Amino acid sequence: MTRFFETPWVQNCIVIGGFLLLALLIWSGSRNERWKRAGARLRRDRVGMIALAVIGLYLFVGALEMIQVPSSTGKRSILDLLTHKIPLEESYSAPLAKTTLVQVNPKPLNGSHLLGTDALGNDTFVQVLKACRTALIIGGLTSAIYIPLGTLLGILAGYYRRRVDDAVQYVYTTVAAIPEILLLVAILMVLGKGLGSMAIALGVTGWVGLCRLIRGETLRQAERPYVTAARALGQSDWKIITRHLLPNVMHLVFIKFVLGFSGLVLAEAILSYLGVGSPVGTPSWGAMIDGARSELSREPVVWWNIGGATFALFFLVLSLNLFGDSLRRAFDPKRG
Amino acid sequence: MLSYIIRRLLYAIPIVIGVMVITFFLFFVVQSTDTMAKRVLGPKATSQAVQDWKVNRGYDKPLFFNIAKGEKLFDSLFFNQVGQLATFDLGKSDVTGRSVATLFREGAVPSLLITVPAFFVGFAVSVALALYLVFVRNSLLDLWGILVCVALMSIPVMVYVIVGQYLMAVSFKYFPAFGFQQEGLSTVRFLMLPVALMVVSGLGAEVRIYRAIFLEEIDQDYIRTARAKGLSNTRLLLTHVLKNGLINIITLVVASLPFLIMGSLVLENFFGIPGLGNLLFTAIQTADFAVVRSSVFLGALMYLGGFILTDICYALVDPRIRLS
Repeated sequence: MTRFFETPWVQNCIVIGGFLLLALLIWSGSRNERWKRAGARLRRDRVGMIALAVIGLYLFVGALEMIQVPSSTGKRSILDLLTHKIPLEESYSAPLAKTTLVQVNPKPLNGSHLLGTDALGNDTFVQVLKACRTALIIGGLTSAIYIPLGTLLGILAGYYRRRVDDAVQYVYTTVAAIPEILLLVAILMVLGKGLGSMAIALGVTGWVGLCRLIRGETLRQAERPYVTAARALGQSDWKIITRHLLPNVMHLVFIKFVLGFSGLVLAEAILSYLGVGSPVGTPSWGAMIDGARSELSREPVVWWNIGGATFALFFLVLSLNLFGDSLRRAFDPKRG
Repeated sequence: MLSYIIRRLLYAIPIVIGVMVITFFLFFVVQSTDTMAKRVLGPKATSQAVQDWKVNRGYDKPLFFNIAKGEKLFDSLFFNQVGQLATFDLGKSDVTGRSVATLFREGAVPSLLITVPAFFVGFAVSVALALYLVFVRNSLLDLWGILVCVALMSIPVMVYVIVGQYLMAVSFKYFPAFGFQQEGLSTVRFLMLPVALMVVSGLGAEVRIYRAIFLEEIDQDYIRTARAKGLSNTRLLLTHVLKNGLINIITLVVASLPFLIMGSLVLENFFGIPGLGNLLFTAIQTADFAVVRSSVFLGALMYLGGFILTDICYALVDPRIRLS
């Protein structure tokens, strides 16, 4: 199970498929009155639209690294093909420098590097771009685990109540009783490093919030006359859940997905920093920030690795947060 | 009231059992005791060493029921573990062999020395800033204030720590960059920078939540009445909104109080403060399963304690809750 999740092409397929499914959902949701109105409001929200454009840019770069194409040296990502002309250096070099970063007889560089190079001589800017995939895989894979789980359990608990509700509530109170970071660390220690294990760990801890939210909303919706009417007309429970309840809680799932994604990107960075996250060799913003612990105490200071990684991470998380807030305002203008 | 407290405590029992089951499942079923022994002893350990290590810790027993002849049925790994946790016998560290309880006791004080000041300073600053944003609500300043909050939330905590240490300690030589001494006033010098960084890293999220809570108060009827009475905007905010908003904020905050003792994973390791956060960080790096397992259990107990405390606070304020 874990090994299956660790295979890069499986991860790519799940995440790309997930985003296609999301696009399909939004497209089919565009016929829903509530979504239509929210879409119109969102289009007038300038901050939200800029944030969406930035997120789109990250998705594009991530997709370039995810899609593999055959080349003369085996399968490589499109991003690799685009950047393979950038030469490898010996070690650190400053942004746009001409020589390597050593005090005693520095060597001339093979090429020019916008953001300098890291300890192994890789171009920092390319590493920052490649790490987009890691962030998107963590966010996408985890969402693919926790969103179906949380939504399903939340709706079942809210609709059937009694025993089902008691059972679901017991499970999520127990999971929530363990401090999140401790549970994450414990699961990752047992499963070992890896993007797949990280997604499983974050999925196990992440569904609780969504489930609580959906349960509450379902409880409220199930009281509404349209559900009573559907039941009076003899519709089956399954039909009521899929045709009536699900579309009416879906906007909450969507908002939670966007805001949750930003938390997942941050979590990847923190877990990688703690040494239980991305495996060695995976380009990751967290790992690059981790490297700065020693890099900042060097003379001259190596600031471009932490700088580049922090900026890339910051703008993605910021855009997700702002877009999530815009979504919430668009769906619920009174409280926003 | 007493019956309410007893009822709340009884509710916690099945959850504690659930936590025990989850931790046991994670550490002994998902990962076999052989794998655990190999990761603690290193890949080169002989099978004899692995066996000795397991026997020494009682990990050689069957998982759930001991069905071998002449043995007690409940003399199994699961029931022994549950029994030990229930009596707070946390066992020994897998790596150093020291008692886990002692390690926790030693680490609690340095952790509290950082988290308690950071908590109070952070609380005061966040409430003040949130109230100010409410005071200038719907203005350009408010808009930018929220934007700054969201921006602060979008920076991972270790960037605050790394950059903060670099700027304040290494470049300006203002604070000691690393280390900890627990003797009188000189401790303060070591604590200032970590405390300040902890406050700043939590500021964005807190100001934003508190602002939302205060804004919810502003729409209430009693505020309109007070305004109709001719109360000034400042008086209104500082007396009515602040007081009523604080009830909601405090119930939010009480639940986080038990976590103060756990310290901060990133901060303590980075500044070399020998607290519980650092203990856990080292345990992660050295694959010390016993320490992580105990942390999970104790963390859950503290969370439940905070939860019950919150409920009791609520019940004290609002009698409808304890009677229902």
